[in-house]
Amino acid sequence: MQRFLVDAVEFMPILLLGVKLTIMVTVGSLVLSTVLGLVWALMRVSGVRALSGTAIVIVNVIRGIPIIVQLFYIYFVLPEFGITLTALEASIIGLGIAYSAYQSENFRAGIEAIDRGQIEAAHSIGMGWVLTMRRVVLPQAVKIVLPPYGNIMIMMLKDSSQASTITVAELALQGKLIASSTFKNMTVFTLVAALYLAMSIPLILMVGWLEKRFGRK
Amino acid sequence: MSDATAMIVLTDVHKSFGAHHVIRGFSAHVEKGEVVCVIGPSGSGKSTILRCINGLEGYDRGEIEVDGMAVDRADRSIVAIRAKVSMVFQRFNLFPHRTALENVVEGPIYVKKEPREEAVERGRALLARVGLADKEHAYPAALSGGQQQRVAIARALAMQPKAILFDEPTSSLDPELVGEVLAVMRSLAEEGMTMIVVTHEMGFAKEVADRVLFLDQGVIAEAGKARELLTNPRNPRTQDFLRRVLHPL
Repeated sequence: MQRFLVDAVEFMPILLLGVKLTIMVTVGSLVLSTVLGLVWALMRVSGVRALSGTAIVIVNVIRGIPIIVQLFYIYFVLPEFGITLTALEASIIGLGIAYSAYQSENFRAGIEAIDRGQIEAAHSIGMGWVLTMRRVVLPQAVKIVLPPYGNIMIMMLKDSSQASTITVAELALQGKLIASSTFKNMTVFTLVAALYLAMSIPLILMVGWLEKRFGRK
Repeated sequence: MSDATAMIVLTDVHKSFGAHHVIRGFSAHVEKGEVVCVIGPSGSGKSTILRCINGLEGYDRGEIEVDGMAVDRADRSIVAIRAKVSMVFQRFNLFPHRTALENVVEGPIYVKKEPREEAVERGRALLARVGLADKEHAYPAALSGGQQQRVAIARALAMQPKAILFDEPTSSLDPELVGEVLAVMRSLAEEGMTMIVVTHEMGFAKEVADRVLFLDQGVIAEAGKARELLTNPRNPRTQDFLRRVLHPL
């Protein structure tokens, strides 16, 4: 046990560097996937056939390709077309796009759950599509969408470890590097697991708080 | 073709849902200040006609004019038309995430861009007018059906419309709550509001309406002065319908 603590104190600063990158990747791709997911979802429910068709194709292509392959594509293939990104940028964009498909399906479910009669009532007082979305549909859809959104946030935190495959030295990769050079597998991976868990707990609490905040009305 | 006193004019309107030809040549005109009740068996197209007038449904053929403007739901003018003709729905359709007062001022503030204080002041007056001054902070879920429908009427009035369309406004209310909604509608009629009311309340139609249209299978089977048509219908189908509505047993 004492040995574990001594090692932990030694490894922690390096692992915390990884934590910093993990947080950057997670937050960055969370923001990007939320924005893109909302765009796909709104295109899908727009009632304009060209837009909804495009959204269906985009979502299904993204869903049908493994995240790791999307990351390889963005990091290793795009440079051949003159688009060179840092590993961090590529991982944020890759995970953001990959997760936008799931975000979009979640948002769409929330939007479509709103009673048709309310949309008609909004139209009947002269609201156009944008105003109806902003004032009537989305404020109510938020409540429906939040619990699965919390799930997605936690999945993204864990899937940020896939950024290690394109050399981002986030928590999982830092752990692997330390473990392979010190052979202290148990100490290192226990710490790594504990750090992921420590990061997901605030997310879980935040979703609970948001649900309370938006749910009681 | 639209004369100076006509508020809503429908000319040979046709509407199909798929292969189902619901409205088969509907023509009518409603004068300013007139109260017209539309009655008829379910599936006769009563609601559909109302929904065509404010563009919630499109129509396939014919013409609809509101206050001199052609109704075309694909055109931007539909927003202006909807501001002129409000609608009250069978199932109230209040916004559940907003209080009674917020429901009422939503249109004035966000569609008509009125200053908030002005809209709120008028909104309060409208809630008082429908007898709900003390409920302005209540959410729809905390209101009875009759109260919700009265808020919905206040919401429609808040747009300062030239006409209001009522789509079976009392059909989903418990019987003891029907009266409070009809009373509000009657007072509107007395003040000269132009109203088209789809209803099964024959008492209301007889007392309040100027004219009654009996709609059957997508066409007007009989039209006339309310009292006359309801007490002395000529068309055998109207007679049969009224007999079944007034004496269900």
